[in-house]
Amino acid sequence: MEEKTNYEKDLASIRNLMERSVKVISLSGLAGVMAGLYALAAAVYVYFQVYLEQISRSRHYFDDNPEKIYHLLAVALITLLASVSTGLYFSHRKAKRVGTSLWNSSSKRMVINLIIPLVSGGAFVLIILMHGYIGLIAPACLLFYGLALINASQNLFDEIRYLGYLEIVLGIISSIFIGYGLIFWAVGFGVLHIVYGVLMYRKYDA
Amino acid sequence: MKNPFDYLDKVMGHSGRLQIMSVLAANDSYDFTSLKELLQITDGSLATHIKALEREKYITVNKSFVDRKPSTRYKITEKGRTAFKKHIDALNELVKGQRGR
Repeated sequence: MEEKTNYEKDLASIRNLMERSVKVISLSGLAGVMAGLYALAAAVYVYFQVYLEQISRSRHYFDDNPEKIYHLLAVALITLLASVSTGLYFSHRKAKRVGTSLWNSSSKRMVINLIIPLVSGGAFVLIILMHGYIGLIAPACLLFYGLALINASQNLFDEIRYLGYLEIVLGIISSIFIGYGLIFWAVGFGVLHIVYGVLMYRKYDA
Repeated sequence: MKNPFDYLDKVMGHSGRLQIMSVLAANDSYDFTSLKELLQITDGSLATHIKALEREKYITVNKSFVDRKPSTRYKITEKGRTAFKKHIDALNELVKGQRGR
């Protein structure tokens, strides 16, 4: 009888070890929550800066106000930097708590898999911006971000893959409703991050 | 039917070596430092287990330099993967056999 529990325990611990060796367990749910809050704050700010003027849906708005583009790019960059650094902070804290390092075999692989679609998407977004297709920026961001998440999901908790699917669906819908990009962007990067962050935090961090 | 005990792998009978094999079976490759950290064992005992697995040709070792620092990566071989699978199957058989009793 004693042996039975031993073999079962061995198998269970091997399964657990295999999973831990692949997944980035240090990624904290709080990173997602904070990234979502920053995204919502940025979206509200941009809404009052640009959308409130109610001319954003005209394609020539930015031709007449080129400085607005730089303004928006600066907001986007600050949001990105704030999200990444806060994410690193919370993940570093969690890594310390669970006794692993932030920068290990699986997190390296995860970052590489995440960055390739993300950088391609970033370049693509800058190019469509250059051509003046402002309305396609939010859909492109959502689509490439979703693809990046799915690409990196092999080394992340399973739920992240579904977040990726949702981002892609949002991206496609928002490319139909040009002019409402900011709202879709706020849902995809704000609301979904907060919802997923809370779910992940309750499941894996607590 | 043959006794499932006969299918258990001698080298992987040790839990440290079985743990190394399970990590390498789940990943394309893994480096020494990450492995040490994950398994929470000393340099010395990890090196000993690695040697034993290498001798059986269950894993391959690849030494290189990353940023002028030495980096050692391990990969599971076909032989190692087959042996690992057989060992796990035997463990599963044993658990099942005891359940049925």
